[in-house]
Amino acid sequence: MSATAKVQNWIDERLDVEELSAPLLKKTVPVHRHSYWYFLGGLTLFFFMVQIATGLLLLLYYRPSAGEAYESVQRITNQVHFGWLVRSIHAWSANLMVLSVFAHLFSVAFYRAYRKPRELTWISGVLVLFLVLGFGFSGYLLPWNTRAYFATKVGTEVPGQIPIIGRAIMILMRGGEDVTGATLSRFFALHVCLLPALAIGMVMLHLALVQKFGTSVPASIENEWKSYPSRQKEIRFFPNFFLRELAGWYIALAVLVILAVLFPSELGIKADPFGSAPPGIKPEWYFLAQFQTLRMIPSKILGIDGELVGILGFGVAPVALIGLPFLENMLGKRGVQLVRAGLVLGLLYLCVMSLIGYLAK
Amino acid sequence: MRVKFNFRLASFITALVLLAIPRVSAEVHSNPLNISAADAKADVHSHKGMNCATCHASRETQSPKSAAATSAGPIRREKVNQLCGSCHADAVRMKQFNPSMRTDQLPKYQTSVHGIKFAHGDSKVAVCTDCHGAHGIRPASDPLSPVHPLNVATTCQRCHADADYMKAYGIKTDQFSEYTNSVHHKAMKDRGDLSAPTCSTCHGSHGAVPPGVNAVANVCSTCHMMQAKFFDQSPHKDLFADGCATCHGSHAIKHPTDDFIGMSAGAACASCHGADDEGGKAATAIHQHLAALENDIAHSKAVLDRAEHFGMDVSDAQVELKSAGDALTKARVSLHTAQLSRVDEDLQAGSKIVAKSRTAGEAALAERQHRRRGLWIPLSAILAVVLSLVVYIREMERNGSR
Repeated sequence: MSATAKVQNWIDERLDVEELSAPLLKKTVPVHRHSYWYFLGGLTLFFFMVQIATGLLLLLYYRPSAGEAYESVQRITNQVHFGWLVRSIHAWSANLMVLSVFAHLFSVAFYRAYRKPRELTWISGVLVLFLVLGFGFSGYLLPWNTRAYFATKVGTEVPGQIPIIGRAIMILMRGGEDVTGATLSRFFALHVCLLPALAIGMVMLHLALVQKFGTSVPASIENEWKSYPSRQKEIRFFPNFFLRELAGWYIALAVLVILAVLFPSELGIKADPFGSAPPGIKPEWYFLAQFQTLRMIPSKILGIDGELVGILGFGVAPVALIGLPFLENMLGKRGVQLVRAGLVLGLLYLCVMSLIGYLAK
Repeated sequence: MRVKFNFRLASFITALVLLAIPRVSAEVHSNPLNISAADAKADVHSHKGMNCATCHASRETQSPKSAAATSAGPIRREKVNQLCGSCHADAVRMKQFNPSMRTDQLPKYQTSVHGIKFAHGDSKVAVCTDCHGAHGIRPASDPLSPVHPLNVATTCQRCHADADYMKAYGIKTDQFSEYTNSVHHKAMKDRGDLSAPTCSTCHGSHGAVPPGVNAVANVCSTCHMMQAKFFDQSPHKDLFADGCATCHGSHAIKHPTDDFIGMSAGAACASCHGADDEGGKAATAIHQHLAALENDIAHSKAVLDRAEHFGMDVSDAQVELKSAGDALTKARVSLHTAQLSRVDEDLQAGSKIVAKSRTAGEAALAERQHRRRGLWIPLSAILAVVLSLVVYIREMERNGSR
């Protein structure tokens, strides 16, 4: 008996790997004309893993204080071997993760994969999206450059507009009245401790739920298969789908490397809390729609402060998104059409406002 | 009871009269004096509790300070300075209004050209009210005041740009038009830089005199200290009769470019030096060396900007390059020594920084190229893995593992 077989036997005797891996080996993935959307979930998971790996490497050199943060990132970029590559991959992977998580969410929503019994899978997925956005917001400040500083200042001012509790939230986020080194420490702790712990837990739950309820098939395909059972096709998750997904991950890695090399992440100028905000300051692209909304919203809407209405709207949207499966049922017969119309409008709003925000001077 | 009633009546009438005096005065003079409500409201004296009677009341009846006031009527022009001075030259009296306010305006005025001529009976020269106004006087810090730095030149030109008015004095009247084309006026009006010089900065305000030939450099050096220091070390010091004004002019001072030095057309040096004399050669060399460093800085900046555009971090080099610009500025100041070696000293310091920055920029661009070339290694490996996976999946599914 070879040494590898001996080790395998030793582990099998104790953990019963076959029994543990049985659900994974039994799992199948439906094959139809829309099944390429199934890769988006795995792609998001890949970017998440890249973030963990590159984030750990950056942690070796990053120093989370107002006096050292910028210099440490500068050192990573200019002096540490392949530091620039690790940092650029981390930055690009963050952007691609947000993009893929949004694409995954909308594909799931349009194919109504949140239908019973997958409501909890949907909710856990939406919560992962919020955590990913939290990663983006908290990580943006960490290089402590001018752009990040003032974008964070504007970003933390937004919850400050909420009546009664707004100011307390703003001070809690900033660790004081203004964005300072205390804010940087908080955002760092959030970015590398709290959010990863929550995200890993939520991703595990999401994957467990996907495993339990299986992969959803769009309603139209489901009906087609009922009428023509011979058309129903599926492949085994392992190894058939997994190997396809793996090929997809490698392609994603190639895209990441190309972007990181050709368009390395800029560092900019060190933040100066006493300096004036540079003109045309904007947040990251995934917050542009909200930013542009607050810029364009009228000062008064039905006698209420326009900005406040906008912020309350931003508060309602996530709740509506989480409750989407229940909303569809509550709306009755036309629920499906109404939810779909809402999703189309929501997607259009995000795209148009982001574009206006991007083009605005 | 009767006494009490009379006292009340008398108090009431007195109050009415007191309240009426400023109003009646304002009404009587409203048309001829043309005092706007805003002016009356902004008047610094009314803020301090003074009214018409403070200046206009007769000596016998009202103000102990009214030596200049002959009656309740208008104040005679020849008495204006004395009247103003009766308070403004009184340190004890002024202290109660503003302890830090100067009280030497009147004695200074008496030493000025205006004051001397006035003492000799020339009533055409400026008196206090000509510059500060008579009614609605605002503090000099008020941007609407005629003596606020932004308005001083306009106030002076009312007389000094009037050829008829100035005819008797035989002095030029183009100072204002020249000044409005100067770098100083631009700084004041366009940039709102209140520290930029206006008429009073060089000529003085109350003790206004034209700076004498020997004093010009002293006047300029109050701001341009280093230039003056270097000029004192130059061979020009004893030769330039008008000091700084010999090259820069007096009122129409333009922003000096590097073309100002050298032997080309329009260069100041060319007006005295020949191209072949020592001074001309030095001027040409200084001009060329300045231009060379400026070009080098621009070239290095372009290299660094290009590297930055491609996402390379060259922030340290960019910061360093700014100090090369500082060296160039230093050289532009040290050229007042008119010594090539002294100018080159500053320029060489700048050149070293420029070379270092350009090297950093070129290294960043080379590194970028290196990375782009190296990109094919991981991409080829990834492509090989993906192709292998595709082949493996096909093979696996063809063998019936599907």
